[in-house]
Amino acid sequence: MSTAHESTGIKSWLTTVDHKRIGILYGASAFVFFLIGGLEALMIRWQLHAPEQTFLSPDKYNQLFTMHGTTMIFLGIMPLSAMFFNYMIPLQIGARDVAFPRLNAFSYWTFLLGGLLLNASFLFNAAPNAGWFGYANLTSKQYSPGLNTDFWVAGLQILGVASLAAAVNFTVTILNLRASGMKMLRLPVFTWMSLITQILLLLSFPIITVALIMLMYDRFFGTSFFSPGGGGDPLLWQHLFWLFGHPEVYILILPAFGIISEILPVFSRKPLFGYTAMVFSGCFIAFLGFGVWSHHMFAVGMGPVADTVFSLMTMLIAVPTGVKIFNWIGTVWGGSLQMKTPMYFALGFIAMFIIGGLSGVMHSVAPADLQQTDSYFVVAHFHYVMFGGSIFSLVAGGYYWWPKMFGRVLDETLGKVHFWMMLIGFNLTFFPMHFLGLNGMPRRVYTYAAGLGFETDNLIATIGAFTIASSFAVFLWNVIKTSRRPADAPADPWNGATLEWSIPSPPQHFNFAELPTVDSRDAWWAAKRKMGGFAPEPKHYPEDAVHMPNPSWWPLVTASGILIFFIGLILGVVVPVMLLGGAVLLTGIYRWAFEPAFS
Amino acid sequence: MNVLKSAWRRPTRFAWVALPALLLVAVAACTGDSATYPQSTLIPKGDFAEMVDKLFMTTVWWALAVFILVEGVLIYAIWKFRGRPGDAEPSQIHGNTALEIVWTIIPAAILAFIAVPTVRTIWRTSEDPGRDALVVEVIGHQWWFEFRYPEYGIVTANELRVPLNRKVDLRLTTKDVIHSFWVPQFAGKRDMIARHTNHFWFSAADTGIYSGQCAEFCGMQHGRMGFHVVSTDSAGFAAWVTAQKTPMVDSTMARDTLYQAGKTAFMAAGCIGCHAMTGQPTANLVDLQGPNLSHVGLRHHLVAGMLQNNDEDLARWLRDPQAVKVGSAMKLPRPLTEGEITALVHYLRSHR
Amino acid sequence: MAHDAVLHPPTSTGLDNRKLAIWTFIGSECLFFATLISTYVVYKGQSLNGPYPHEDWTNPATGKVMERVFSIPLVTFGTAVLLFSSFFVVLALNGLQRGKQKQFIGWLSATVVCGLFFIGMQVYEFTHFVTEKGLGFTTNLFGSSFFTLTGFHGTHVSIGVLWLATLLYLGLRGKMGPEKALNLEIAALYWHFVDVVWIVIFPVVYLMK
Repeated sequence: MSTAHESTGIKSWLTTVDHKRIGILYGASAFVFFLIGGLEALMIRWQLHAPEQTFLSPDKYNQLFTMHGTTMIFLGIMPLSAMFFNYMIPLQIGARDVAFPRLNAFSYWTFLLGGLLLNASFLFNAAPNAGWFGYANLTSKQYSPGLNTDFWVAGLQILGVASLAAAVNFTVTILNLRASGMKMLRLPVFTWMSLITQILLLLSFPIITVALIMLMYDRFFGTSFFSPGGGGDPLLWQHLFWLFGHPEVYILILPAFGIISEILPVFSRKPLFGYTAMVFSGCFIAFLGFGVWSHHMFAVGMGPVADTVFSLMTMLIAVPTGVKIFNWIGTVWGGSLQMKTPMYFALGFIAMFIIGGLSGVMHSVAPADLQQTDSYFVVAHFHYVMFGGSIFSLVAGGYYWWPKMFGRVLDETLGKVHFWMMLIGFNLTFFPMHFLGLNGMPRRVYTYAAGLGFETDNLIATIGAFTIASSFAVFLWNVIKTSRRPADAPADPWNGATLEWSIPSPPQHFNFAELPTVDSRDAWWAAKRKMGGFAPEPKHYPEDAVHMPNPSWWPLVTASGILIFFIGLILGVVVPVMLLGGAVLLTGIYRWAFEPAFS
Repeated sequence: MNVLKSAWRRPTRFAWVALPALLLVAVAACTGDSATYPQSTLIPKGDFAEMVDKLFMTTVWWALAVFILVEGVLIYAIWKFRGRPGDAEPSQIHGNTALEIVWTIIPAAILAFIAVPTVRTIWRTSEDPGRDALVVEVIGHQWWFEFRYPEYGIVTANELRVPLNRKVDLRLTTKDVIHSFWVPQFAGKRDMIARHTNHFWFSAADTGIYSGQCAEFCGMQHGRMGFHVVSTDSAGFAAWVTAQKTPMVDSTMARDTLYQAGKTAFMAAGCIGCHAMTGQPTANLVDLQGPNLSHVGLRHHLVAGMLQNNDEDLARWLRDPQAVKVGSAMKLPRPLTEGEITALVHYLRSHR
Repeated sequence: MAHDAVLHPPTSTGLDNRKLAIWTFIGSECLFFATLISTYVVYKGQSLNGPYPHEDWTNPATGKVMERVFSIPLVTFGTAVLLFSSFFVVLALNGLQRGKQKQFIGWLSATVVCGLFFIGMQVYEFTHFVTEKGLGFTTNLFGSSFFTLTGFHGTHVSIGVLWLATLLYLGLRGKMGPEKALNLEIAALYWHFVDVVWIVIFPVVYLMK
C-alpha cells in the first residue's frame, strides 16, 4: 500500500501517525460520544422529572443509565483526557512525536471501534442494561439472556486494549522523550499527572480484563466463575471490579488535576505553589487508590474489621487531596488573576471539587455510607467529582489549548456565558440529589412513587440538566463562530509557562524544528525571561525541514481485526468470524512490524 | 461588606458570592417531617438509624465548617487578587514548606475527629443482636421480598411485621441476583447475596408503616421492588402472629359462594402453581416461585409495595399483571374471566 | 524488525524506547497473571464436585471413583524444559551480539524447540485431563480456573514461540546481524517473563495442596 505523505483528505486521517492529528481525532470522537452520553442523561432526567412517568420503559431506562455511565467514563472523560495526552504531552516535553506513533494510531482506532460497537447495540435494542459496574450474577446468561451484556463485555474488552496500548506508549514517551535538561521534577504538572494516570491504567486494566474474560466464559461456555449455582461467588466480581474501578476514578480525575495545575499559574502570573507537594500528593493518591476498593462494598457485609480498615484508608485520601486544593489556592493567592474563560472554569473546578471531596469524606464513614450508598447521595457525590471535577477541568483545558490546537482563540463572552450556565445548571442538577439520597431515593430506579418527598428536587435536577445541555449548545456555537474567523492566534496568547507555547499555533508537523533545552521548571517562562520577558512570534520552517514517520494503514487494519474477533464472539462464538478477526489482526501486526517507519 | 458592594457592581463577581450562599440556604431547607419524607434517613425511627444519623451529622458539621472556610478563602482570593491592567508581575513564590506541613496536619486532625466516632459506630452497629431478638429470614426474589419467621413458622411477603422496641435479627440471602435490604428510617443497607447469609439488625422505636426498597440494581423492575415494615406494640404483634397461624375455617365460609368460587378459581386458573396459600394444597409449601399469599388480606400493600391492598388495585393486577409491572414473573397461564377476578379478589382479601 | 525509529536523540533514561515499553508491558502483565492466580487460589477447594487436583473423589450418586487429576512428574519435566529455554535464549542473544551466527541460530532453535515441547506437553496434559480424568472446562470451579490460568499462560508461551520463530526465520535468511540484537533482547525479556510466571504457577497450582 502507498504510504506517501499527504496532508489532506480522508486517507491522510485514516493513516495518520501524527500525535496532534490523533489528538484531534480523539477529541472529536470523544466529544460526539460525550454528547450522546448527555442525550442519554437528558432522557433519564425527563423520565424522572415527576413521579410515575412512562416516557421510558423500565428496560429502556436501564439501558440508558448503563450506557450513560459507560459512555461518560470510557468514551467521554477518558478519551477527552487522551486528546490532551496526545496533543500536549509531546509538546510539553519538547518531543516531535510520541515514542510509538503507529501504536498511538492503533490505540485511537481500537478505542473508536470499541465505542462504535458499544453504541451499535442500540440498533438492536440491546444496549447494555446491567449497569456500568455489571454486578454478577445479574450479568449471567440466566438473568441477562440477551445480547445486551455481550455488547458490554466485548466493548469494554476492546476499549481496554486501546487504553493499555496507549498507557505503554505514553509511559515510555514521558520517561524517554523529555527535552534535554527536563528532569522528572521539571516536568509540567499536567505531564506528571498524566504519567501517574498511565501507570494506574497499566496496573488496573489487566484486572478488569481478567474479570471480563471470566464473565465471558460464564456467558459463552457455561463456567461458573460468578454463578452461585456452580459454586462461584458473585462477590469475586465486586472485588475484581472495584480493584480496577477505584483506580479508574483516579484515572478520570488525575489528568484534570494536571490541567488545573497548568491553567492556574498561567492566569495568576505566578508559578504553581508547592510543585513538589503537588507531584507527590498525586503519587500518594494513586498509591492509596489501590487500597480502598472495598469502600464501594460496605453494604456487602464484610465485617467490622474490614469496614474499619477501608474507612480509615479512605479518609486518608482526603489528606493529599486537601494538599492539592490548598496549593491551588496558594497559587492564586498573591497573583494577578487574568480572568479569562479557562481561568473561570479552573476556579469553578476548585469550588465544585471541594464539595465532591467533602461528600467523599462523608462516604468514607462506613456506617453513614450504609445509608448513602446506592442512593442519590452517591450520585450527587461522584458527579461533583466527575463533572464538577473532570468535566470542568477538561472544558477549562479546551478553552486554554484551543488556540494551540486550531490557531483560533475561542470567543471570551460566549465562553463566560458557557461557564455561568454550566456552573448554575450543574449545581441545580446535582446539589438537590444530595437531599434526594438522604431522603431515601435509591439510584437506578426508573421511576418513583408520589408522596415520598422526591418531587421538587427531581424537578429542579431536570431543569438543571437541560441548563447544562444549553450551556454546551453555547459552546458549540462558540466553536462554529470561531471557526469562521481567520486562524491568526499568536503562538503564546496567554503568556504560557510551558513549551507548547513556544511554537506556532497550530504547531507544524514536526513540532520543534530545533529540539529545546531546558534548565528549570516552567521552561518557556524561563526562556522568555532570558529574552527580556518577551518572545517574538516563532518562525515557520519548511514542512520538510524534519524527516517524520510515514503514515500507515496497519494500525487501523490491526484494530479492525480485534473488532471482527469480538463481533464473532457477540454473534454467539461464530468461530469462522473470530478466526477471520485473528487473521486480520495477525496480518496487521506482521505487516506493521516489517513496514519501514521512515521512507 | 466590601466584598458585597463590589459584588453588586459586577454581576459576575456577585455570582461567586451568591452561589455558596444558595448552597447554604439549600442545606437549611433540608429539614422536614416524616409525613413529607416518609423514607428519609434524616428522620430515624430506630436506634441503628439514630446512631448513623448522629455520626452523619457530625461529619456534616465538620464538612460545613471546612466548606465555608475553604470556599471563603478561595472567593476572597479571587476578589482580592483580581488582575488590573498594568499590574506588575506578582512576586514569584514557589511554595512554603511550613504551610505545606500545616495544611497536611490540619485535615489529618479533623479526620481524626471523624474517624474515632466512625470506628466506634462500626463496632456498635456490628454487635450481635442477642438471643432475645426476633429472627427473620429475608429472601430476595426478582422483584419482591420474602420474610420467614422461624420462631413462629410464618412465611409472608413484602410486609415485615415487627414488635416495638425488640431487636430484629435479620438473616439475609437471595434466590436469584443480588438485592439489598433498606428501610431508611430504621437502618442502612445490607446486600442479599446468593450462597451468603448476611446479618443485620434494627429495632423500631415507633409504631407505624415504614417504606423500604431494594437498593441494589437487580434487573428490569429494580425500581418497583419495595416493601413495608409495620411496627406495632407487642400485643398487636401477637395478634398478627395468631392471625397468621390460624387457617381460614372453610365451614364458616361455606355459604359465601363468591369465596368458594375464588377458592376454586385459585386452583383452576393455575395460581396454585406458584403461590402457597392457606386452605389450599400448597398451604405449607416453601420455595414456590411466587410470594406466599396466606392471609394476604392483612397486608397494607400488594405487588412489592406498588399497589394498595384494595379490591380495585388487586383486580387491576389480576386482569393484566404485565401491564402493571412488565417483566414480573407473574405470568397468567391463561387470561382470567371477570367473574374469576371478582371471586379471586374476594377470596384473597377475605384471608385476614 | 522495523520499528518506529529515533525521532529524538538519545533517550532521557538511556534505555531504548522498545526496551522500556516491554518492561512497562511486563509490569502490566504481572497484574494480569496476579488476578488469574488469585482467582485460582480463591476457588481452591470450592468446587462442588470432583474431580479434584490432589485427592481421589467418589461420586456419591454413582459410586464411581474419579482419581486425582495431577501427575507431577510430567509437569516437572515440562517446567525444567521451559527453564532451560530461558537459558538458551540468553546464549542465543550472546551469540547474536558477538556476531556468532551459528551460536545464535543454534541456541535460538533450541529455545523454540523447548517452547514447542512445553506447548506440546500442555496440549497432551489438557487432552489427558479431559479424556482420562473427566476434568472439562465446565466440570467444576477447579477445572474452569485451572484451564483458564494455565491456558492463558500457554497462550503467552505460544505468542513467544511465534515471536522467537519469526526472529529465527529472519536469522536463517541472514537478516539478523549484531545491530538487530535489541530485537532479540526484547523478545527474550518477554520470554523470561513467561518463564517466571510459570515458576509461580507451578508450585501454586501443582505442588501446594
